[in-house]
Amino acid sequence: MLLSTHSQTVDDNYVLVASLDNVRNLSNILKAITFKDHAIFNATPNGLKVTVEDSKCLQANAFIQAEIFQEFTIKEDSVGFQINLTVLLDCLTIFGGSTVAGVTTALRMCYNGYGYPLTLFLEEGGVVTVCKINTQEPEEPIDFEFCSTNVTNKVILQSESLKEAFSELDMTSEVLQITMSPSQPYFRLSTFGNSGNAHYDYPKDSDMMELFQCSKTQTNRMSLLKPSTKALALSCKVSVRTDSRGFLSLQYLVRNDDGQICFVEYYCCPDEEAEEEY
Amino acid sequence: HLPAMDCVVTGGNVKVLAKAIHSLSRIGDELYLEPEDDGLALRSVNSSRSAYACFLFSPLFFSRYTVPCGHAFRCKMAIKCVQAVFRSLSSLDKTVEKCHIELVGEKSRLTFTLHCKHGLMKTHNLSFQDSESLQAVFDKDSCSNVLRAQPRLLVDTVLHFPPALEEVSLSVSGERVLFRNYVEEEPAKAMLTELSLSSDEFEHFAVGAESSITFCLKELRGLLVFAESTGLPVSVHFDLPGSPVVLSVTDSVLEVNFVLATLSDDLNLRNHNNNPKRARSPPPADDFLNDDIDSYLIAMDTSELPGPSNAPAQRSNHRLEAQSPVANHRLESEEAEEEETGDTERPPNKKFRSLFFGSVCPTDSQLTNQTATSQEVLASDSEDDAQAASP
Repeated sequence: MLLSTHSQTVDDNYVLVASLDNVRNLSNILKAITFKDHAIFNATPNGLKVTVEDSKCLQANAFIQAEIFQEFTIKEDSVGFQINLTVLLDCLTIFGGSTVAGVTTALRMCYNGYGYPLTLFLEEGGVVTVCKINTQEPEEPIDFEFCSTNVTNKVILQSESLKEAFSELDMTSEVLQITMSPSQPYFRLSTFGNSGNAHYDYPKDSDMMELFQCSKTQTNRMSLLKPSTKALALSCKVSVRTDSRGFLSLQYLVRNDDGQICFVEYYCCPDEEAEEEY
Repeated sequence: HLPAMDCVVTGGNVKVLAKAIHSLSRIGDELYLEPEDDGLALRSVNSSRSAYACFLFSPLFFSRYTVPCGHAFRCKMAIKCVQAVFRSLSSLDKTVEKCHIELVGEKSRLTFTLHCKHGLMKTHNLSFQDSESLQAVFDKDSCSNVLRAQPRLLVDTVLHFPPALEEVSLSVSGERVLFRNYVEEEPAKAMLTELSLSSDEFEHFAVGAESSITFCLKELRGLLVFAESTGLPVSVHFDLPGSPVVLSVTDSVLEVNFVLATLSDDLNLRNHNNNPKRARSPPPADDFLNDDIDSYLIAMDTSELPGPSNAPAQRSNHRLEAQSPVANHRLESEEAEEEETGDTERPPNKKFRSLFFGSVCPTDSQLTNQTATSQEVLASDSEDDAQAASP
């Protein structure tokens, strides 16, 4: 009530207005991609896409469809800006991170367009906080050119078992090697650390394996993918795909507090280093 | 390649194995692994060689145990690497169905393969170094004092001592066992804690003579952590101060021995002589019916206390000779690694003499007929290290 009264007078100036009864439906998913300070926001009538990149070899995208929002109004085909994600998250969680039963923080997010700050109205229990965060010129996110027609291997795993493997990964290893193959070991995560190497093998008939489509044996080496563990922690399913160039796509299916589905996606380009001995 | 060892651990025993490794990590940084015909020995020793632990798993512990006969193989590796194989200790029994351990000498790889639920298989290939054998020479059967108790009793006892406490003193006399914290500096500045247990709290209480020994508490805790999880009683074998104390846990498929050096006589006496009145007053009765506690406490307050300058140079050269090789076997002591310099800041474990490690007959882990003076502490042979296979 409080929020809508306030914004009625200035509604006309906004190019983007998005409201949520529960701000966690946005903040949680953003936490899954916060491995860098800055993020590129892109809003279309379909919803919100937030992109974070790291040195041109890792990219994370969070998708929050328009249907997730209680109100999603956009006056242009595409609205984009760059913003400090850490600051944004601090504001979104300004009423504290803990969840008390029945109490949610409401959000109204408003953007006037190019050059204007992003305005956030947050309300909990009658208390309203207004935040204005400066925006920057949006950079064009890298197009990893990962298309489904080029996919050589694809598996869908339940996140639970992958979480265990990721939590045990040998941190002294510089790379994480992902092997996908139509034959043994089917799906394997490997590390090469100071004490030796370790392999985590998931057979294709495991009850954790929801889909297994591998056409040829491929081995990809990535840096440890630590940023993606937050997304993994939130998700219930993960799809792992590789294409003919050796690029990796990880897609995480995340259910928010209201049971609605959102997606987080990570793209990695393969490690350039020479192959190590097995 | 014929493996030097090929064995499988199933079900709840995987957790026992993991807990044993965890327990050994409290002693030293390296794990010594030696597959023998009579079982798999896992050992560790601390850097000053004043604490040693050995877990001997009989072939019955395993669902499969294969060791090519006559092929003596010993290796060692950083214990942290082996601990990394067994993460989430508490849920191991729910997630791991079996653990296959294979040691292939020619490849210098020790492979742990964990078969987990949902078909997940975790394989760890660890590199190791060849090593000399590590076996402390001791004979617990000849100790004059033997106590045995449920681990819970000892766990509850050490709970009362601060976690930072280095050494604890154990005294037996008549019908009582006393645990005290060992205090080096002026007792007036320290908090003194004393716990008294009656002999009937022990499953077995055989005391030859009044005795008091002081040893490292951290290492005792290392054993208790393991003992408590198995629920097996802990036996304590000891003699006079300076002789090591042997703590054991045994069942039909497993034998655990922790051998800890104890402070020599003069160091022990100094602790007890700090409070001459205290040493003489009787321990308070369990029922607190008499006033002895008050006088006891007062005695501690008013007794004469030697200052730091009194620290004697007692750590040197007190060699305990075996009186006869056959009748009186005990762990020989060697000179302390460093001479006493009156420095009270010395790390505690250097107070303890190095345990004696004899050269080994692989099939005989008990003391054989050896005279003390002919043996030497084994150090890692630099030649062996150089030959150690690299990953």
